[in-house]
Amino acid sequence: MADKSAPTDKYTVAVNRGLTKTIAKKLGLPRPAILRRYAPDAPLTVGPVLVVSDDASAADADAIAKALVSWDVDVRRSADGGDDLRWGGVVLVGTAAESPEAVSEAVLALGGTLRKLAGNGRVVVVSRAPEAGDSPTLAATRAGFEGFTRSVGKELRGGATANGVQLTGGAAVDSTSALGALRFFLSAKSAYVDGQVLPVGPSDAQADVDWKQPLAGKVAVVTGAARGIGAAIARTLARDGAKVIVVDVPAAGESLAAVANEIRGTALQLDVTAADAGTKILEATKHLGGIDILVHNAGILRDKLLANMKPAQWDAVIAVNLASQLRINEQLLAAGVDGLRIVSLASTSGIAGNKGQTNYAYSKSGVIGHTAATAPLVAQRGGTANAVAPGFIETEMTRSIPFATREVGRRIIPSLQQGGLPLDVAEAIAFLASPVAVGVNGQVLRVCGQSMLGK
Amino acid sequence: MSTTPSPVPSTREAVIIGGNRIPFSRAGKKYVRTSNQDMFTAALEGLVARFGLQGERLGEVAGGAVLKHSKNFNLIRESVLGSSLSPATPAYDVQQACATGLEAAIAVTNKIKLGQIESAIAGGTDTVSDAPIVVSDRLRAALLDANHAKTTGAKIKALLPVLSHPKWLAPVSPSTGEPRTHLSMGEHQAITTAKWGITREDQDEVAYSSHQNLARAWESGFFDDLVTPYKGLTRDDNLRPDTSLEKLAKLKPVFGTSLEGAATMTAGNSTPLTDGASTVLFSSREWAEERDLPILAKFVDAETAAVDFVHGHEGLLMAPAAAVPRLLARNGLTLEDIDFFEIHEAFASTVLTTLAAWEDEEYCRTELGLDGAFGKIDRSKLNVNGSSLAAGHPFAATGGRIIATAAKLVAAKAAETGRPARALISVCAAGGLGAVAIVESA
Repeated sequence: MADKSAPTDKYTVAVNRGLTKTIAKKLGLPRPAILRRYAPDAPLTVGPVLVVSDDASAADADAIAKALVSWDVDVRRSADGGDDLRWGGVVLVGTAAESPEAVSEAVLALGGTLRKLAGNGRVVVVSRAPEAGDSPTLAATRAGFEGFTRSVGKELRGGATANGVQLTGGAAVDSTSALGALRFFLSAKSAYVDGQVLPVGPSDAQADVDWKQPLAGKVAVVTGAARGIGAAIARTLARDGAKVIVVDVPAAGESLAAVANEIRGTALQLDVTAADAGTKILEATKHLGGIDILVHNAGILRDKLLANMKPAQWDAVIAVNLASQLRINEQLLAAGVDGLRIVSLASTSGIAGNKGQTNYAYSKSGVIGHTAATAPLVAQRGGTANAVAPGFIETEMTRSIPFATREVGRRIIPSLQQGGLPLDVAEAIAFLASPVAVGVNGQVLRVCGQSMLGK
Repeated sequence: MSTTPSPVPSTREAVIIGGNRIPFSRAGKKYVRTSNQDMFTAALEGLVARFGLQGERLGEVAGGAVLKHSKNFNLIRESVLGSSLSPATPAYDVQQACATGLEAAIAVTNKIKLGQIESAIAGGTDTVSDAPIVVSDRLRAALLDANHAKTTGAKIKALLPVLSHPKWLAPVSPSTGEPRTHLSMGEHQAITTAKWGITREDQDEVAYSSHQNLARAWESGFFDDLVTPYKGLTRDDNLRPDTSLEKLAKLKPVFGTSLEGAATMTAGNSTPLTDGASTVLFSSREWAEERDLPILAKFVDAETAAVDFVHGHEGLLMAPAAAVPRLLARNGLTLEDIDFFEIHEAFASTVLTTLAAWEDEEYCRTELGLDGAFGKIDRSKLNVNGSSLAAGHPFAATGGRIIATAAKLVAAKAAETGRPARALISVCAAGGLGAVAIVESA
């Protein structure tokens, strides 16, 4: 079956090509870049990566540089280079900075490189989260990196992004999850993740990671997988080596079977709102050796202003988008699954709110809530629970949005001036579900091209 | 009540893992211009997806179609090649009228039992909406002569008679009428119905139950893992959950109208022409266990029979009446040992004449060679999740539909009661044929 996920939108293609490119440039129209996406044999970054730090963080910067070298990245510790040099990425390490004044040199060094940051280049800020017991000065030093990172994201052009790895709980910079998150942000897999600061907790060092097949040997279940984002998630998890069971309502069975056969997975026709959906999922994974990854993607829209909302519209959205996840999680937790990695689909609507979507926003905000509460429960057995909040994603669903609204969603709100692809959401989920992300727990990762709406 | 399992067979077991079919659709509706190969491939693809069989080399795939184009000489093999199964999976076509699907299952399970293969898919497909249209025998003869002629002149000469006989150009419609009696199946069954004195009310009652039972099964999600939607159709579109005995009673009889006495067979208590395809996955117990695939049931044993309907001695669709007693006797079972009767509803009266025959002492003695009446079945065990009157009857696809349903029924019953459960499958077919089988919880 052909990949039915939406391609990069036509406007973005036009302003990057030939005559229409020249015209757009002259008129000063928004010129979103063609984002670079993951290809198995392509280099991690588009050029050399510079690692800068404040003096106190130099040892941590060395550790990161060492990891980058092991990934065959051309690592530089000095910004010197010819005029033609274009940075593939700049990593700012401020993990051991103790005062706001102490970070200035490193921050300005980063600033000095931005004009030479390549298209689709990456800025990653590695810092520590403020912790209880920090002195006000230390807390300020650490917290400052968050607003800084988001602001850098808004200044970058040409498909470049800025994201942060924020270490928590004394996690080492070269721990598996810290490096895993760094690698994700440097890579093309995070094409539509921009302006995000991801808290990363401690994790054991992991010797050999197969970066091409990070999910080899894992069994994943993806709900709502017959089309759109769900199908992209299934394809991506399968690409990364997982055996995937795709789930959707029986009525969507034809396209579900096509997805299953395309990725050599298994189709399970199941309404996630069924009382025994969790048990059915466990049964279906039995012949593959049990479940490792669960992606709660199934979701529906029943948009209506609250004043006009009918009970059926509210209830259906809550049942599918939220209550089903709670029930399935309960059944899986009761069954005592070890190392279960749960990733749920939230939405930027759930964070910022959206007119006509009170029901949807309640459900998606609820997902963020249960993810935080589920995280410590699954952690007891070595698992994680995280959420991904997509922004404007090019799908069959968003193609039906009226033109003007769609263009605002695409161009004006996100820093990257375009909608994301289902693949972009899938990449974030594959990362959170991967063994290296075990230190990321209870978090919400936005895949929104830095469409900074809401809190 | 079944309390003991069937005697241990001398060969190993063939088990049923699961099934898949596309929703059945009345002729001329959803699957117009959809070929048998398209439909069977779709049914296969759903089965492959359900059990993760992509790239798997199965022992074989067997199946067929009753209404078949000559270009489909390798229908099942071509479907396999268009599926996600390994192209190294052998396949062959089977054709035994409406018993095609069940006969295919008998064939592959026998090979599994003998150890010749480890796994197999059996099934069938039929379309009335894409049926072959045939030219008249005379036109065909002229075309063949022209084809064999060596010179242009000879070719023209061979075709000349066609010009003076325009009627030869009229196509011959596909027919399921009996070649030896020139009677349609409905007219044949009308004779049997009248012979056994089956009432209109009893037939309508069977039809009504079929729709009620099938509708309830769909509502309860019974078909969630047995059917994969196709071409936008998510349910059997012949199903009329809102039909009533009153509505059925209003329909005009369509068969047996020229016989003495009131005609009783209507469009409501006869199966409609239907398009559809079905598949069932079988294997040895070891093959299923190695893959941790679910084992729903065992395909225990089967029997085929035929009757002499040509000379009017027996009704066209009565062969199962003879096959079942032989099958049960061989397996040391009686009607009492059966939990589910899956009797294909070619017509409501086919089911009723079969049951009446088994209850008739005289018939059982003279025709079946039994000591007395074969017995009466508990009607609450009959076609509990509906049958062909409600689901429709794409000839060769019916066997697969019934086997998968029966396997799921016995598995659920055994899980519920903790005792073995058995289903008896009975399919009548044109040509005075019949195939029957026993499916037992694994």
